[in-house]
Amino acid sequence: MASIPAAAPPAARRRRRSWKGWQFVGPFMVVFALVFLAPIAYSIYLSLFRNRLIGGNSFVGLENYQRALQDSQFWSAFGRVALFLVVQVPIMLFLALLVALAIDSGRLYGRSFFRVTIFLPYAVPAVVATLLWGFMYGARFGLIGNINDALHVTLPDPLSPHLVLASIGNIVTWEFVGYNMLIFYSALRTVPHTLYESAEIDGAGQFRIIRAIKLPAIRGALVIATIFSVIGSFQLFTEPAILKPLAPNAITTFFTPNLYAYALSFSGQQYNYAATVAIIMGVIVMVIAYVVQLRGTRES
Amino acid sequence: MTTALRSPARTKAMASSVRKSPRRKKSLTLTILTALMALYTLVPLAWLVINSTKTQDGLFTSFGLWFDDGHFALFDNIKQTLTYDDGIFLRWLGNTLLYVVVGAGGATFLAALAGYGLAKFDFPGRKGVFATVIGAVAVPGTALAVPQFLMFAKLGLTDTPWAVIIPSLVTPFGLYLMWTFSAQAVPDDILEAARVDGAGEFRTFFRISVPLLAPGIVTVLLFSIVATWNNYFLPLIMLKDPDWYPLTIGLNAWNAQSATAGGQAVFNLVVTGSLLTILPLLAAFLLLQRYWQSGLAAGSVKE
Repeated sequence: MASIPAAAPPAARRRRRSWKGWQFVGPFMVVFALVFLAPIAYSIYLSLFRNRLIGGNSFVGLENYQRALQDSQFWSAFGRVALFLVVQVPIMLFLALLVALAIDSGRLYGRSFFRVTIFLPYAVPAVVATLLWGFMYGARFGLIGNINDALHVTLPDPLSPHLVLASIGNIVTWEFVGYNMLIFYSALRTVPHTLYESAEIDGAGQFRIIRAIKLPAIRGALVIATIFSVIGSFQLFTEPAILKPLAPNAITTFFTPNLYAYALSFSGQQYNYAATVAIIMGVIVMVIAYVVQLRGTRES
Repeated sequence: MTTALRSPARTKAMASSVRKSPRRKKSLTLTILTALMALYTLVPLAWLVINSTKTQDGLFTSFGLWFDDGHFALFDNIKQTLTYDDGIFLRWLGNTLLYVVVGAGGATFLAALAGYGLAKFDFPGRKGVFATVIGAVAVPGTALAVPQFLMFAKLGLTDTPWAVIIPSLVTPFGLYLMWTFSAQAVPDDILEAARVDGAGEFRTFFRISVPLLAPGIVTVLLFSIVATWNNYFLPLIMLKDPDWYPLTIGLNAWNAQSATAGGQAVFNLVVTGSLLTILPLLAAFLLLQRYWQSGLAAGSVKE
């Protein structure tokens, strides 16, 4: 993660410089080069070429990038995940923070029950989570259908084009709220409780303690959770891909940048252009992650 | 800003000081509000458990959050799930286990070795290794998938287990965790003493360092297992042959088959199969609570 270089552990005593360390680092680096570095280099290469049925493979310079910048499907996909990011991520992180503060406050009955229960969906594969929610959203044997039948009403269809993004947001929130809660909670637990006690003696209210002590103390965890959520939002793929058969009119092949890159590669055989789209998204994600990290650490 | 990684002993000391702090007055309102959140978490899981007891028809005719009167088909569903299509579900389960054991196990092993190497040795290129790997954490995994697929296709590895296992072997975040863990949990003096005694570096690593690194290793292992067990995108693009599918792809294939006109509807198998897919992971998390909760605490970043 981008925020980590600042986190150097205390410098160990100067050791003799030798090649021995490579015995330990080497195996990781070999696989890393094969599955990270080589594909990155290869996609940069791909993005500079075009493959035509007639004429074969030819160097086109930045033409693929120019095409992407003017590609309305790509930008609509990008806009959708950006909207998802600014709405879903704050809601999810806010809920996670509330629960973490509630559990950490020591004022709950049965707090270990809540801690474990709310974390559980993290262990559920995204595919299963989406199938589950997809069934429940469905009008056929889903809960929405049940409620419609029982109350003789017609609830808005969660899989309709204007609601489907919110429905996906709900699935992602369900999957990750507990994971983020646990990260916040773990960070909160390391704040010495004597700090709160002396603040209380000084007459500080709970909200003031949260604002002045707890939130600054877990700033690092907040930054990390935000960066992970940003990366996750831009990578959105599994949930819309699984819901697509249930909502074919609402979820297009260019619903998210990843779905678009997937469709370009595996339905369209446009590998060069798909690589270009992936590179542009990768660069955008890294820039945003970097900005979040800078902002998050600067104010401390 | 320094990221302090709590050594296990320190975390324990923290936890006990937390426990010793004076009991606070419980709040019913706060408990009810948190319970709403827990309810939100549990409803879909309850839906899954309830509906895995229904027959294909029962799914359509009974209320979603209650049992179908008189028909308790759970055991029948499990039997059908395990035997449908010549027991393909068991094959998928076996594939998933293979990917998890070799992929997540290998990833944890490589991350532990390399994290330890970065923390405890000075070698030419160390800074370069560090910068490259940390930079890679921010690269979205899915951006790599298309070129990975094309490369593996050239190597003739697509549609084999290797196409899923090899990319799973690298976890930059696991490496980071192991690096901070090694830096804190393994004292240089012990290593120096072992060297003076003439022990080889690998012998020292396995005999002395690995036991000290155990909490970190368990945490990295558990999270790698989840990542591999839940992976969808990678096997989706790498595998065409249903015989190599992991559970996630297989379940979605059953669901797609059910939704297709003319395909045999096996929604009851999708529901029961989903339940069987998540049970091992839920069990692992519940049983290993102590480890991953302290591991997460250790890995969380502080001011």
